[in-house]
Amino acid sequence: MHILKLAGRRLMSSIPTLLILLAGLFVLLQFAPGDTVDALMAQMGGGDPAQAAELRKFYGLDGSAAVRLLDYLWRLIRLDLGFSAIYNKPVATVILERLPATLMLMLSALSFAFFAGMVLGIVSAQRVNGWSDTLISLLGLLFYATPSFWLGLMSIVVFSIWLAWLPPGGLYEIGSDASGIWLVLDVMRHLIQPTVTLSLIFLAIYLRIMRASMLEVSTLDFVRTARAKGLTRGEIVRRHVLRNALLPMVTLIGLQAGTMLGGSVVIESVFSLPGIGRLAYESVVQRDLNTLLGIVFVSALMVICVNFVVDLIYARLDPRISAGGA
Amino acid sequence: MKAFKHFLHSPAAVLGLVLLVLIVGLAVFADLLYPRDPLGLAGRPLQWPSWGGRFLLGTDASGRDIAAQIAHGARTTLLMGIVSTVIAIVIGIVVGAVAGFYGGLTDDVLMRVTEAFQTLPNFILLLVLVIVVGSNMTAVTIAIGVVSWPAVARLTRAEFLTLRNREFVQACRTLGLTNRWIIFREVLPNALAPIIVYGSVVMATAILLESALAFLDLSDPNIASWGNLIGQGRKVLRSEWYVSAIPGVAILLTILSVSLVGQGLNDALNPRLRNR
Amino acid sequence: MSAAAMNPLVRIEDLSIALPRGADRPYAVESLSLELNAGEIVCVVGESGSGKSMTASALMGLLPASLPVASGRIMLGERDIVRLSEDELRAIRGPEIGMIFQEPMTALNPLRTAGDQIAEMFRAHTDLSRKEIEARALKLLDEVGIPEPAQAYRAYPHELSGGQRQRVMIAMALALEPKVLIADEPTTALDVTIQAQILALIRDIQRRTGMAVLFITHDFGVVAEIADRVMVMQHGKVVETGTAAAVLEAPQHPYTKALIAAVPSLTPPVPRELATRAIATVTELSKTYRTGGGWFGRKQRVTYAVKSASITLPKGATLGIVGESGSGKSTLARCIVRLLDPDSGEIELDGVAYGRLAGETLRNHRHLVQMVFQDPYASLNPRRTAGDLVTQGLIARGVDRSKAMARAKELFALVGLDPAATDRLPHEFSGGQRQRIGLARALALEPKVLVADEAVSALDVSVQAQVLKLLVELRDKLSLSMIFITHDLRVAAQICDRIAIMQRGEIVEQGVTADIFAAPQHPYTQKLLSAVPGRAN
Repeated sequence: MHILKLAGRRLMSSIPTLLILLAGLFVLLQFAPGDTVDALMAQMGGGDPAQAAELRKFYGLDGSAAVRLLDYLWRLIRLDLGFSAIYNKPVATVILERLPATLMLMLSALSFAFFAGMVLGIVSAQRVNGWSDTLISLLGLLFYATPSFWLGLMSIVVFSIWLAWLPPGGLYEIGSDASGIWLVLDVMRHLIQPTVTLSLIFLAIYLRIMRASMLEVSTLDFVRTARAKGLTRGEIVRRHVLRNALLPMVTLIGLQAGTMLGGSVVIESVFSLPGIGRLAYESVVQRDLNTLLGIVFVSALMVICVNFVVDLIYARLDPRISAGGA
Repeated sequence: MKAFKHFLHSPAAVLGLVLLVLIVGLAVFADLLYPRDPLGLAGRPLQWPSWGGRFLLGTDASGRDIAAQIAHGARTTLLMGIVSTVIAIVIGIVVGAVAGFYGGLTDDVLMRVTEAFQTLPNFILLLVLVIVVGSNMTAVTIAIGVVSWPAVARLTRAEFLTLRNREFVQACRTLGLTNRWIIFREVLPNALAPIIVYGSVVMATAILLESALAFLDLSDPNIASWGNLIGQGRKVLRSEWYVSAIPGVAILLTILSVSLVGQGLNDALNPRLRNR
Repeated sequence: MSAAAMNPLVRIEDLSIALPRGADRPYAVESLSLELNAGEIVCVVGESGSGKSMTASALMGLLPASLPVASGRIMLGERDIVRLSEDELRAIRGPEIGMIFQEPMTALNPLRTAGDQIAEMFRAHTDLSRKEIEARALKLLDEVGIPEPAQAYRAYPHELSGGQRQRVMIAMALALEPKVLIADEPTTALDVTIQAQILALIRDIQRRTGMAVLFITHDFGVVAEIADRVMVMQHGKVVETGTAAAVLEAPQHPYTKALIAAVPSLTPPVPRELATRAIATVTELSKTYRTGGGWFGRKQRVTYAVKSASITLPKGATLGIVGESGSGKSTLARCIVRLLDPDSGEIELDGVAYGRLAGETLRNHRHLVQMVFQDPYASLNPRRTAGDLVTQGLIARGVDRSKAMARAKELFALVGLDPAATDRLPHEFSGGQRQRIGLARALALEPKVLVADEAVSALDVSVQAQVLKLLVELRDKLSLSMIFITHDLRVAAQICDRIAIMQRGEIVEQGVTADIFAAPQHPYTQKLLSAVPGRAN
């Protein structure tokens, strides 16, 4: 219970700063050249200024900046994200439609990066500078240096065009009437390439941290105690090193959540996944500022939630947290 | 000097340094090697790369020389990477140093802001900034610097927090030295090594961010850019995949060289690892 | 306890441990021979770098790969530990040889409960059922004198006190009733009263079980408390062995003699005549620490680090502030030099209300009081030359650089350093020399009061004796007024004119050193004095 309270407190304390930041962004966006109405007019092939003014009035874009800011904040507090002129729907609806794809991609990429990185890191730390360590470190370096969107394209060339093993994009086969388990399998098949390409750079980071952390923990006094107790190498790693070494990894999930969400913008574009990343891109191109701000808000909320879960996991792993006043 | 010698002892670090020097050379001599506008029409579109042919790396769908774009793109990438890294490091050091050294309420406020920045996915934040400031190269570079500082600030703060309570810093306070003197002349030099090493990570990320932006066609359209070329190649991916493949390799090699040099520096500057 | 007739449990024969190439000597331990018999405690004594801990590690087969055994044997019965495989060694560690370490906080895994870590010993080496293991572990916790074994069993290391953690370590090492216990400085990190308890516990268990104990220590007081036999090491070589009584009372080797002579006596010298004028007075000073608290109404926890402490320092005198860890003595010192801001109370230095100064004014009066720090490594900026470190304060006060440097050279001579060494970096000096640099830095501003915070605690006993001697000389030569913070009653006895005893933030007793040592009034002072190891000597 104490843990929950601690993590909850952090959750609560991040919301006011988030609101201030969003307000800042809202003000910034007022300076952006061109607004939704300009974009709409362009779509319609031009129109007269009177029509534009009417549209601005309709979308609440005619008030002074201060009035609009207050209006915006008041709406945020009520979780009303406004109306998207481009999609002609409330922003919340547009985002909710796109959320599942992104959530699935995030979850699969994060788990893949975390577990593969962890396992490779452990293997690598077993024999420092041995051949397996060198090979894994080399792979890590390559993964780290590869731009994910490029890897996605190349992977499409190889696996979708040449080998024709995997679909080149989309979330499911269009036109197929699969349902139940077949639909799930189909979606999974479509997610393989995006997941792997998005997660490789994070895998490289997790692998590096896990390896360093394992080595660091191995030098600590209690590992010497464990050796003096006559435990086997495997027992020492499993019972004493691993859990301690996992602590920085868990912290990293929280720190990387935002970066990964950002990475999904390009990956969703490459694989034409209907997620909020691609929505962000589209709303930038179409100057749909309401939707863009809504995405910023929702993605920040997602990151905050991830951090909440991370806090809980961390406190479970480390008894010092739940006891301490910090 | 000792650190430099140690650096040269690591084959990986030397490989990274050689690669980096080659890329820097390509960037510096781009005008000499390819004096014509890299974005101008050079020949028949979609010619495959060939040895001895007129176009070493082929041409793209608009008939522009890919090799020339790679050379000029190196300039863009490096310049943008270095400048935005410097921006991020300067902001990060100032915020982190002030927060870590003064602690208390100052620290609380600054770290809240830093955390809030980290909650916003940096690429999405970058998109917002690009809408506001536009997509010319200067604006994009500054925007990338502005979204990259929080991690530097956290690192600097952590270093300052440990150093602040070290006895030598307390000794300076009892001697009556000013805070500014202590921060910049006593603490910062001792905290700088890991921050500089971290600069390689910031630069790698900055390069990735810029190329992703260019790939989405949101970066400066008037400058040769690797990311943009990958985006152009996407339209002909099915048959002429080399258009996308070549600039991607260039990005990969650049980031690889930067991180190898960074890792080499880390091992050389961090004496604790030397004995491992 | 005559064990000469028995076969020794452990026989170390001509053991040499190689140092990596490029070290200052070829061997960490050179031709060491030692027999360890059942029922005796052998103390291995030496200063840092003497190779005493290496010997302990070798006995466990725990030497790092960079320090291999070069020659010799370590016979445990019929087996040579040096030549055993890793699997065979594992079977010995725990059931046959137990080991406890210096720092019980880091020697226990912070993420697992004490009971779990003791139980692990049984799980690794026996087939006992879960229930039996728990019962045994609880019994062990009881035997090592932990008040609530059932509670301690479920406690994480951070929830136990330092002494309890070391008791858990001992319970763990003794779980499988080994014939040999290796104790590597097991009481060095503990307060003196806790140290006395742990020493008594080890002695008591050893008597009861008849095991052999190899006890590594740097402290001759501890040797006097616990040893049957003693082996003195210097630079990797054994210089003297013998029974405890023989070595302590009639040391043969000059190094042993010097070491024993360097241990400060518990009897204070004849009190000096002190000035009546006070150079520093602290009145009712309090300092609290608040943890937690913040923007969102977290509950604050307030702990009193110092609770209305009042002290007076006569001009030219040395006032000792003595206490165990957590007594608030360091906080008090840091408040006096204004590294911390006291919550309430007055500090008057040479007629200046120093406690009330702030900002620029405070900075301009910083020279009134200077501090010498504990850690000779952390207290000097590694990137500045010794000369820079000493002149910094002068230059900040507007003294011209060449004048400041000339002054630094004078100070170097004064504290017994080579004046030509001002352009060297801190890492080129030894620990004792670094402490002298710190002293020169503090003296450069000609302070009215010098505060020494555990200034000799991190030093080896022979170096400590030299620095103490220097402090006494300087005190007489410069008529320094000093506040001397220490946990070590022996040091306090020798250098302080007056002492104040602190416990949990409060000064429980203060007065003339000789009086307090002769007739301590407060029960806590009595307890402290009786806990000093080797007080009979």
